[in-house]
Amino acid sequence: MLKYLIPAGLFAILIVFFFVGLGRDKETLPSPLIGKAAPVFDLPTVEDPAQRISNNAFAGRMYVVNVWATWCVGCRQEHEALMEIAGRNEVPIVGLNWKDQLDLAQQWLRELGNPYVVNAFDAEGRVAIDWGVYGAPETFLIDAQGKVIHKHVAPLTVEIWNRDFVPLLQNVKAGS
Amino acid sequence: MRALPVILMLLLVSAQTFAIDTERAFEDEAQQARYERLSRELRCLQCRSETIADSNASLASDLRRQLRELMAAGKSDAEIMQYMTDRYSDYVLYKPPLAPRTWLLWAAPALFVLGGAMAAVIVIRRKAQLPEEDPADPGLGAS
Repeated sequence: MLKYLIPAGLFAILIVFFFVGLGRDKETLPSPLIGKAAPVFDLPTVEDPAQRISNNAFAGRMYVVNVWATWCVGCRQEHEALMEIAGRNEVPIVGLNWKDQLDLAQQWLRELGNPYVVNAFDAEGRVAIDWGVYGAPETFLIDAQGKVIHKHVAPLTVEIWNRDFVPLLQNVKAGS
Repeated sequence: MRALPVILMLLLVSAQTFAIDTERAFEDEAQQARYERLSRELRCLQCRSETIADSNASLASDLRRQLRELMAAGKSDAEIMQYMTDRYSDYVLYKPPLAPRTWLLWAAPALFVLGGAMAAVIVIRRKAQLPEEDPADPGLGAS
């Protein structure tokens, strides 16, 4: 009896091991930034490169940083959801335009609509490295103390926003 | 057909010439060697199974630029690795650190060898205890 039970048992362990592995999301990497102070940036704006924008301008309130680019297919996919979320006026969305061309980015905002309060133009991708960006679109939520409290990688949808972001917005409002 | 092994060997040797990062980063021989070593220890996070030395993804070239700048600024290896893990977590390291959550990863080879050895010992000892001729199996003895 044991002769059959041992291999069967080992096989069962393997199955469990692989099954757990299958279900795990290997695309999304944990961000070491969660719970830490958001990296400060100071960049030209997409809207007018003569102007600059720093996220220090949002100190003391919650804001969202959304990393996007015109070459990013997922960004086009999530754009409609961003427009809808921005329309609710829950929290300002700051765009971080990543390694893009200024004219293409401006054209994108004109044609698809602009859900952002302002767009920072990170042509060299240096700010993106500070934020640990590895694949647009990425969306960060920063609290009033300037800490990163949530990060979503992959295109945002209204469902994901309602599920993962909205409760965090309410928590902070209730606490204050 | 005789040329085949030669071709294979040449392909093996030519691996260096497929390198993505062909431009020399540092004049100094030692710094260049250090740059090449470090860029092979960092993972490109856009294309997970490549190091930043082997990848032509835009993030990899950005990280190579960052590595060059940090080295030029006189940062130590540990400081550079800290800079990278602060932003991209331990996942950016091609060689994962020895930590409580990675013990299984590091112990796996030893566990497999141990498991194999135990199985071998059990099988050998059981075989040794069997009688020379199996009375239940006349077929083998007859042939």
